[in-house]
Amino acid sequence: MDKVINSPDAAVADLRDGMTVMLGGFGLCGIPENLIAALIRKGLKGLHTISNNMGVDGFGMGLMLEAGMIASHIGSYVGENRLLEKLVIAGQLDLTLVPQGTLAERIRAGGAGIPAFYVPAGVGTVVAESKEVREFDGKAYLMERGLRADVALVKAWKADRHGNLVYRMTARNFNPAMATAADLTIAEVEEIVEPGQLNPDEIVTPGIYVDRVVAGPEYKKPVEGRFIKEHAQP
Amino acid sequence: MNGKELIARRIARELKDGFYVNLGIGLPTTVAAFVPPGIEVVLQSENGLLGIGPPPAQDEEDPDLINAGKQPVTLLPGSSFFSSDQSFAMIRGGHMNMSILGAMQVSCRGDLANWTIPGKMVKGMGGAMDLVASAPHVVVATEHNTKDGGFKIVEACSLPLTGKGVVHDIVTELGWFHVSAAGLVMTEIAEGVTKEAVAQRTGCPVHFAAGLRPMLPF
Repeated sequence: MDKVINSPDAAVADLRDGMTVMLGGFGLCGIPENLIAALIRKGLKGLHTISNNMGVDGFGMGLMLEAGMIASHIGSYVGENRLLEKLVIAGQLDLTLVPQGTLAERIRAGGAGIPAFYVPAGVGTVVAESKEVREFDGKAYLMERGLRADVALVKAWKADRHGNLVYRMTARNFNPAMATAADLTIAEVEEIVEPGQLNPDEIVTPGIYVDRVVAGPEYKKPVEGRFIKEHAQP
Repeated sequence: MNGKELIARRIARELKDGFYVNLGIGLPTTVAAFVPPGIEVVLQSENGLLGIGPPPAQDEEDPDLINAGKQPVTLLPGSSFFSSDQSFAMIRGGHMNMSILGAMQVSCRGDLANWTIPGKMVKGMGGAMDLVASAPHVVVATEHNTKDGGFKIVEACSLPLTGKGVVHDIVTELGWFHVSAAGLVMTEIAEGVTKEAVAQRTGCPVHFAAGLRPMLPF
């Protein structure tokens, strides 16, 4: 078994316009930056993205937005992306905002075969619009649906060729849940090791969830606040 | 001491040894600097960290180690990492002792608005809706009025809600306000602040507790 693909471009070669794509990361931390670059080189259009954020102007998913690749987005916080704000206010991008924990659980449920579940977040707010509200033990809950995608692009620290993944610090975030919730999961990592070299006790994403593994040739990993300051438009 | 520091210092005194606490972005984050000596409080960052340490020196920043405000942080002995779904499972499961958040508006019934201004601002709620819906103790840390002197504490929020009837206490530079079934009750008042000033600067009726105490920063 060898899931290793030799380049990010080869790893995304069969992706098509209009697909639903999950992308891991929180802010610019733990994002699949090399797979994003490959998607942009491929020039896909009309993608429906699911990711907690939308990068920033000039990096991460912000680059996909600038390349006009995104038709709709589901996320919880997009405050660092002015282009996105402009497009949404102008009605040119379909944005669905979901409470962060609900988003994470929808993805987890999607990967775990759970079509729907109830959470208290969003009761009495716009998030509750057109959703079933049900009371359990005297408290109101919203029904939320499991979420799946055609493709998940995740970022881990290390992988072996079976697709077992370990993460580094807070770069874990949405990646393990997304790895479970797509028909095709592509993991980009900083280092590929031989099976047996990862401690089985420490593997967070077992290889069963991962279809392709690719080593990112280069990592910029900008710190978000400083990147925004240094690239601020006057 | 400015008003924001007074708020942060006063809230920090509510923290008890062994508490697990989530601090929102902005003013709530500053509470961390005033945790009383001699107790251990574990700060949670909803992007997947328990045990947030102080900010690193610039040359020791690690882009893989950030807080929910996306600022580089450090670890402490006993820190742990976890995924976003697990992070919110611990929040939703009621395992946090306290959640401290900022506000754009907060009502005397405990409704909170802190995530959007329709037609003006597209940011998103992040984890705020999850936190307020599930934390056993939700404390709002906010300046008493808007920058132009308008009401932040109101009869009913005009901005879209983050949660309905979710806030337990509101702490401003004027004092401590408890959200009760009978409305807003002021239990502590800051030095030099009069009841008249409180009534004038608040957009809803304020009841003053029989045992109204001075709000001290330490």
